[in-house]
Amino acid sequence: MAIRDRLSGNEAVAIAMKQINPDVMGAFPITPSTEIPQYFSSYVADGLVDTEFVAVESEHSAMSTCIAAQAAGARAVTATSSCGMALMWELLYVASSYRLPITMALVNRALTGPININNDHSDSMGARDSGWIQIYSETNQEAYDNFLQAMPIGEHKDIRLPVMVCQDGFITSHAVENMDLLEDDKVRDFVGEYQPEHYLLQKDNTLAVGPYGISAYYMEFKKQQAEAMKSAKKVILEVAEAFEQVTGRKYGFFEEFMMEDAEVAVVLIGSSAGTGKAAVDALRQQGKKAGLIKIRVFRPFPMEELAEALSHVKAVAVMDKAESFSAAGGPLFAETRSALYDLPQRPNLINYVYGLGGRDITVTDFEEIYSQLDSIVETRQTGPVYRHIGQREADGAEKDVTYERYQMENNNWRWQSNGL
Amino acid sequence: MAYNFKQEMEKPERLAGGHRLCAGCGASVAVRGVLRALEPSDRAVVTNATGCLEVSTYLYPYTAYEDSYIHSAFENAAATCGGVEAAYRVLKKKGKIEENFKFITFGGDGGTYDIGLQSLSGAMERGHDMVYVCYDNEAYMNTGIQRSSATPRFADATTTPVGRESYGKTQRKKNLTEIIAAHNVPYAAQTTFLGNFKDLHEKAHKAIYTEGACFLNVLAPCPRGWRYDMAELAELCRLAADTCVWPLYEIEEGTWKLSYEPKKKLPIEEFLKKQGRFKHMFTKGNEWMIEDAQQYVDQQWQRLLDKCK
Ligand SMILES: Cc1ncc(C[n+]2csc(CCOP(=O)(O)OP(=O)(O)O)c2C)c(N)n1
Repeated sequence: MAIRDRLSGNEAVAIAMKQINPDVMGAFPITPSTEIPQYFSSYVADGLVDTEFVAVESEHSAMSTCIAAQAAGARAVTATSSCGMALMWELLYVASSYRLPITMALVNRALTGPININNDHSDSMGARDSGWIQIYSETNQEAYDNFLQAMPIGEHKDIRLPVMVCQDGFITSHAVENMDLLEDDKVRDFVGEYQPEHYLLQKDNTLAVGPYGISAYYMEFKKQQAEAMKSAKKVILEVAEAFEQVTGRKYGFFEEFMMEDAEVAVVLIGSSAGTGKAAVDALRQQGKKAGLIKIRVFRPFPMEELAEALSHVKAVAVMDKAESFSAAGGPLFAETRSALYDLPQRPNLINYVYGLGGRDITVTDFEEIYSQLDSIVETRQTGPVYRHIGQREADGAEKDVTYERYQMENNNWRWQSNGL
Repeated sequence: MAYNFKQEMEKPERLAGGHRLCAGCGASVAVRGVLRALEPSDRAVVTNATGCLEVSTYLYPYTAYEDSYIHSAFENAAATCGGVEAAYRVLKKKGKIEENFKFITFGGDGGTYDIGLQSLSGAMERGHDMVYVCYDNEAYMNTGIQRSSATPRFADATTTPVGRESYGKTQRKKNLTEIIAAHNVPYAAQTTFLGNFKDLHEKAHKAIYTEGACFLNVLAPCPRGWRYDMAELAELCRLAADTCVWPLYEIEEGTWKLSYEPKKKLPIEEFLKKQGRFKHMFTKGNEWMIEDAQQYVDQQWQRLLDKCK
């Protein structure tokens, strides 16, 4: 029987780590992920795990430790956020190109400029091309479940890629939810033993890791990495199916909410999906055909599947909780729009950048977004494509008067200052 | 056991010939010398920072190392070595490996004195059972002889060039061995290649077989950066020791010990004059540079003697 408990997202991930009992953890604190190594070090202190806990002097060294430990034949984990991941950036590429299935708990937080500790997805989106598998969680339960699936995915012989399991800073990391935990032995069975084929600490089969890959060879390494990322799609689904058999909880590349007959839809990532779903419920009661897609797997990107799921929709709003300063929209928007390009009947697409640095998004915001989609369906005019929502000033690209009034009405109460 | 040159030289090499380091480069001599101090029955994992050594000894699909080897970036060699050592400890505890492994890192002065200092300091403080070996060629050689904090004053480097308004590098060389000693590591030492390699060998052996985080700083000249005749590598090392520009000493559990005292301390010119990077010090009007350099060496030498008493 599953164990019922009330946990924060950080504690849930720490417990997943404890149940897995990894070999090495490289750790350096950063809000809001700090609690993960903190909880974990108490498990170490109490002898509940065998892990070598290496409390390094920076995130750069945390990732270096994980790379080296995993190359040496051990299972390595770390946890970080924001600037911490940014400091690891050079090494994120090393981890994936050395094909080391390190598992990282990333608790998403805005990147500095100005300093801010609250949630958005700038950190992981900034690392989206670093060759890591990226899985996002809406709830504490999902953060736990995704973490348990990470190693079977990353360590699969056709994949051997690092995996980051993302959750939204504070929103899930610090909020306590009821959740179901697996028993330790079930976790151990599900995750299995790490049995690398090649590693540094083999007596009779020495290994050299990290050569100088001159142009005559470099391209082959990259092509193989790209192939592994493609193969990961199949493995992610296989692991999800095995997980469903153990837990009854179903996972895919994304979750479709009220999508069967949806005419308008929102595509987004992470905890805001809950708020979006509440808006969909309200709109459905009014007879509006609203739907929502919550992306779980962003790397590899489920291009064909997403196109299929959106093929019958007339207008879509893609929601980015990260800027990419492309002057043309956020990263999820770019990829979703590209995914839809091959559809014979393409829906109209707009992009909303929202929630930066922890700015709230409300059911009212979503209702406004759906009403924008409705008017796009009516007029077949997309209007400005690249929009922001929830900020104090009206969107520069958005000249709609009602929208500006809406902005003013909604933002006054929403503004609050944060202690850092 | 007493050092036996012949016996040590007969050990199988752990760094294969045919790597692509320049003739007359000190880095490969340092690596071979240190690896020779490993007992043949022990395996090692070698970690390497980015730099000349790394790009020359490991070009895919070839490796010059008989032992396992890992390189990942420029500034993280010490953390990388610590990670391998952490994995070793836990896998050993879990009964997944039985053999004895030793953990040795090689980094240039740039990767050690400068960009890698944080990760080195962290690894030393945490006390991983490892040896960090700096092969100090006194500049960023791999990117083309830019100054590092190990470059001595007056040296002509590509980012501190001698010019009408400049006499080369203005700052003194950072004293990294003392900085590491201040971490209270069980063993730290400075050495270079002298005659029969006894000093390098004994220090490397001690560093490898002392439990905890140990540090070796090896002066390893670079013919391109220092601009000397490559056949003079050993002679330059000898002169560095005899002029006391690079004193040989060790700090064992906090006790400072001089390992070599020149019978006759030579004037610094003897070391400087063989190198193109100091050529301008010998032009007329620049006598003050040599005086300044001599004064600094004398003062440093005296301070070291005081510590070793
Ligand atoms: C983060 C980073 N910055 C810069 C470089 C470029 N780089 C590669 S090797 C090197 C200099 C290495 O100097 P040193 O450590 O003294 O070793 P040497 O080449 O002299 O043996 C530099 C600057 C790099 N690889 N990584």
